[in-house]
Amino acid sequence: MRSNPFDLLFNPRGIVVAGASSHPGKFGFVALHNVLAGGFNGRVFATNPEQPTILGVETLASVDEVPQGAADLVMVCTPPQTCPDILRSAAERGIGAAFIASGGFRESGPEGTQAEERLIELAQSLDMVVAGPNGQGLISTPSRLAAQIVAPVPPPGPIAVASQSGNLVSAFMNYATQSGVGISRAVSAGNAAMVGVVDYLSWFSDDSFTKAMVAYVEGVDDGRRFAAAVRDAAEAKPVVLVKGGTTPRGAQAAASHTGALATDDRIFDGMVRQSGAVRAATIEEAYDAVAAFATQPLPAGPRTLVLSSAGGWGVITADAVSKSNLELIPLPADLEAAIDGLVPPRWSRGNPIDLAGGEGRDTIPQAINLVADHPEVDAVIYLGMGIQANTASHLRSGPFFESAELARICEYHERQDGRFAQAAAEASARTGKPILAATELAVTQPGNAGPATVAAEGRYCFPSADRAVRALHHLWWHARWRKRHLG
Amino acid sequence: MVAFSEFESKQLLANHGVEVSRDKLAQSAEEAVEAAAEIGGPVAVKLCGPSLSHKSERGLVRLGLDTPEGVHSAAEDLLALVTEEDGEVALLVSEMVGGHRELIAGVVHTEQFGAALMLGLGGVLAEAVGEAVFRLLPVSEADCRDMIDDLDFSALLAPLRGEPAVNRDALVATLMGLAQAGCEDGIEAIDVNPLVVRDGRPVAVDGLVVMSSP
Repeated sequence: MRSNPFDLLFNPRGIVVAGASSHPGKFGFVALHNVLAGGFNGRVFATNPEQPTILGVETLASVDEVPQGAADLVMVCTPPQTCPDILRSAAERGIGAAFIASGGFRESGPEGTQAEERLIELAQSLDMVVAGPNGQGLISTPSRLAAQIVAPVPPPGPIAVASQSGNLVSAFMNYATQSGVGISRAVSAGNAAMVGVVDYLSWFSDDSFTKAMVAYVEGVDDGRRFAAAVRDAAEAKPVVLVKGGTTPRGAQAAASHTGALATDDRIFDGMVRQSGAVRAATIEEAYDAVAAFATQPLPAGPRTLVLSSAGGWGVITADAVSKSNLELIPLPADLEAAIDGLVPPRWSRGNPIDLAGGEGRDTIPQAINLVADHPEVDAVIYLGMGIQANTASHLRSGPFFESAELARICEYHERQDGRFAQAAAEASARTGKPILAATELAVTQPGNAGPATVAAEGRYCFPSADRAVRALHHLWWHARWRKRHLG
Repeated sequence: MVAFSEFESKQLLANHGVEVSRDKLAQSAEEAVEAAAEIGGPVAVKLCGPSLSHKSERGLVRLGLDTPEGVHSAAEDLLALVTEEDGEVALLVSEMVGGHRELIAGVVHTEQFGAALMLGLGGVLAEAVGEAVFRLLPVSEADCRDMIDDLDFSALLAPLRGEPAVNRDALVATLMGLAQAGCEDGIEAIDVNPLVVRDGRPVAVDGLVVMSSP
């Protein structure tokens, strides 16, 4: 029995880079480089009729020389007119999947369109799955596979990406690299001649390495099929969608980029919501949302509590929560009494809980546990983490670090922020409630013990409270959809 | 494209559980007066026929008529405005449905996604605001509840100027009725505008059902 064709794409036994080049400026070089540098856990073949070795790989003159059954995937970086023969040879050698990076197909005009149609007919007759053409490649971290003509190679993780724009695949992977919440699979659909974004989402929804998925689309060919596939995927796992071309000018740009037809955005929006996916307005918001879905439990309700050791952020966050679908609950009396026992009386006595600098060594972990355990709290936004480690960083680089013997206090500060981040992750795991930590230090000082520990705990440190609130809004939206539609 | 008259359209919607204004057809000014008496209270008189889909633009609607004389003269005025192109035309006498809130709802046909249910803000500013939410047919009750929540102006559904809050169950029932009608064979589009909220319950005051050409 044949494997699922997507298994051949994402978990191939071996890969052939067809059209490997010794010229570092060529895609055929970069593709082979990336496969090798990524440490692919299968066999690697490269074809080049002239160069005997490239990057230490002994090349084959053509795909015909690939040992029978040794590879499942061919990555094609050669001109369009060579692709049919490569597919025929590949099928002959037992290769069931191709990623065609080459351009010169539909995106180049009527002749290219015909060539693309003929190529897909050929692939169908050969029983091969073809991704692309005109795509930048795919990533599959469980196989350590980086079959792409661009950077980066993201860390492994729970997020799957499918996109009609290769560059936006890179954008999501760049965010993943920066935040540490990594990627399971990522694919640039290219012209999506045979396999489109929703086909990938369908496969991701059954993929054990994927916890949540994000997709960028500009156009939809078959709206009903798209809607049904998104719904099936969203029932299995959270799906975040971003759509380009939502305004007349954007739609014009999309028409020239992917040939997408203009869609009434209100209809598209309704379709997304009905299918249980969440819609992000920007790429940044989409990554925030998918990272939240991938690393936090879903809230059971909208009742949100903000815990802060930074006054102004608490206020900003109260505004953001009020403008979302979340509920900034009044502080429950028993919780107020409990917090009162932890800090001096000047604290805020409301939601947001602003501890107002009255914290002792164990106050924050204790407060995190108190709010997370409270039955009237469904979700927590935690702010102010990293302040102590930031102070430590400044003391360390200042002129008095040695003379004033500041090492001990610096270590204490850093340890404390690490503990806070850990306490948030542990309380979330223990209670099954989302606890979203947010600080700009995640971006401005990623080595800070606060955000660094959040990442080490496998969670996403939000770069601002507003972005955390927006992500929590999406979590609750999807959780509510599950309650309403799946019972 | 073939349209039903307003009367037929609203009957069709009523058969699917949509609450519609009390309407009576009349062939003459005298019959209109009788119909108004049966309906009671102030009434609207409109021209009604399958080719009359832009009644307001042509001034073919008279509102708030509360005397037999008023109904009679409005009916005569309207009958005098009938043109040959209007085809088969009758007078439609309708109860006045009071409510501050006007919504629009219906079924639209889209090229990429097929038929979709629509709910939006009605009234004179509706077109400028363009606020509407959609779901693909068929829909579930949960979809209809989501639509109501999705409206940016959902605060308008709360108690307002002495009127109770909009009864969400009733609005869901209206949407489900429209959706059901929209799934019938041959129905291309449904436009209910306005859907007036009276005592918290949505009532279709004008409605248009368009059939796809056979």
